Amino acid sequence: MRAAGTTGRLARKGARYLLLTGAAIIVAFPIYITIVNALLTPQQIAARPPTLFPLHPLWGSFSQAFGQAHLGIYLRNSAIMTVAITAAQLLTSVMAGYAFAFVRFPFRRAVFILCLATMMVPAEATIVPNRQTIVSFGWFNTFAALIVPFVASGIGTFLFRQAFLGVPRELRDAATLDGYGHLRFLVRIVLPLNRPMLAAFGIYSFLGAWNQYLWPLIVTDTTSTRTVQIGLKQLSALNVDQSNVIFAGTLLAALPIFVLLFAFQKQLVRGLTAGALKG
Amino acid sequence: MPDRRRRTVLGRRASRRALREAATGYLLVLPALATFAVFVFYPLGRAIWLGLYRTSVSPNLPSTYVGPSQYASVVSSSAFLGSLWRTILFAVFTMPAGIALGIALAMLAHQRLRGIQVFRTVFSSTVATSTAVASVIFFTLLDPQIGLLSYWLGKKGGAGILSDPTFALPAVSVVSIWQNIGFTFILMSAALQAIPDTLLDAARLDGASSWHRFRSVTLPLLSPTVFFAIVVGIIGSFQAFGQIDILTQGGPNNHTMVLIYYIYQSAFVNNDYGLAAVASVVLFAILLVVTLVQFRFVERRVFYAT
Repeated sequence: MRAAGTTGRLARKGARYLLLTGAAIIVAFPIYITIVNALLTPQQIAARPPTLFPLHPLWGSFSQAFGQAHLGIYLRNSAIMTVAITAAQLLTSVMAGYAFAFVRFPFRRAVFILCLATMMVPAEATIVPNRQTIVSFGWFNTFAALIVPFVASGIGTFLFRQAFLGVPRELRDAATLDGYGHLRFLVRIVLPLNRPMLAAFGIYSFLGAWNQYLWPLIVTDTTSTRTVQIGLKQLSALNVDQSNVIFAGTLLAALPIFVLLFAFQKQLVRGLTAGALKG
Repeated sequence: MPDRRRRTVLGRRASRRALREAATGYLLVLPALATFAVFVFYPLGRAIWLGLYRTSVSPNLPSTYVGPSQYASVVSSSAFLGSLWRTILFAVFTMPAGIALGIALAMLAHQRLRGIQVFRTVFSSTVATSTAVASVIFFTLLDPQIGLLSYWLGKKGGAGILSDPTFALPAVSVVSIWQNIGFTFILMSAALQAIPDTLLDAARLDGASSWHRFRSVTLPLLSPTVFFAIVVGIIGSFQAFGQIDILTQGGPNNHTMVLIYYIYQSAFVNNDYGLAAVASVVLFAILLVVTLVQFRFVERRVFYAT
């Protein structure tokens, strides 16, 4: 009886692991095969039956993708754009969020609602006039075109205002008594208290900027300003006899976010679910 | 009357302070407000305006004012309606399956087992793949000559799955489901972890089967998250562009021409800004309704919770 119970439990445990492993293989397969193929020759990739494990890995495809396929430049461009957008969004959202939470000014509520309203306008709906604006500014093929339209964020402003409203009133009163002005109160008290929100929104904003596709596609068309997502499209058009370079380039493009995922797993989860849990 | 004088001085000082406070407030919101004005509100108005003008066939001629009639003609055109229909199809292909898989994976990983963290990391790993990364991976996997999936599906050679009118949109949908599975998994896992164990234990003591426990305890408690995933999914479906651009460019024969790709092609390939503007405004209106419904719901939920 007891033995049967143990084997039953063992069997159930084994079945769970089997299910988990099966699911993991299916989910991870596309990335796994991309890694394998990046290490093979184009002839090996095309050979059937397929090679599922690279016995003699070749690493040349990565330098080819980085250099000849311009992935290095594209990655640099994406990094510049993403860091600039993230920093700017953090700054403008903190500023506006602070004003809405702590500063009294006329029409504060109306201005706040205006900021909220931007969340209801998808960027896709405004690409046609926005591209005309960029062209009329003479910004086509510049980093300004990639960055400036995104230096503010409605959701960021909203999230920071909500977070700042949670700062205890007593702290504000104590700071006023100590003669703190707004700047000192923000830097010394409000921001340190809201570090988790800063990290979560920072990652949210970073991911969004890094993954942008449609906008960079329509405001840039040269190697020197093209971002890595658009670079990937160029890469995928390579010939079949360079398929290993396509796979290597895809990995290079995904690598920064994978690093981010492992380094900041907790913040990433919080950033991604912020909308769900807040809402 | 020194008293009165003091009061006016104080009053003046107070009003000066209020003025400075107001200036500080506006200075702080100015960067955000200016950006929104130039890149959100102005272009929205401009898109509505552009929709009233018919773009001339020759790029050198100015567009002509035709008024709201262009809205009527575009919205009733078969090209527009077709793109809207395919967007809805895309949402239907991706959302229910994506959410169900996300819940299934989250349930599977929601147990105390040795090494479970490894599985959780694998399941959430696809959040690190952008649309372009996912699309290029599958573009090569579905290649009729060298693609492994084409080989395994017995579709080697020929024009390939992505050029097949029947399979193109489902294939694009599968890519999107895979790319989003990490996000859905993370979302559902977080929601599962928020469910108190005591509830499930109580159900177990009452003799409820595991399916019954899932149906009557877990799923109802997951429903707000599922609703959120549906809203995000609908919005995401209307914004799905990269996978179409890399995998099919709207083809074969318009079978993957979703609304956003239709806007892109009209504006930047055919230079028909008037038409693209009308379609953009409709896109905005649809997503506005979706978002408002969500806000409505969220308000009720917050009220209910407190």
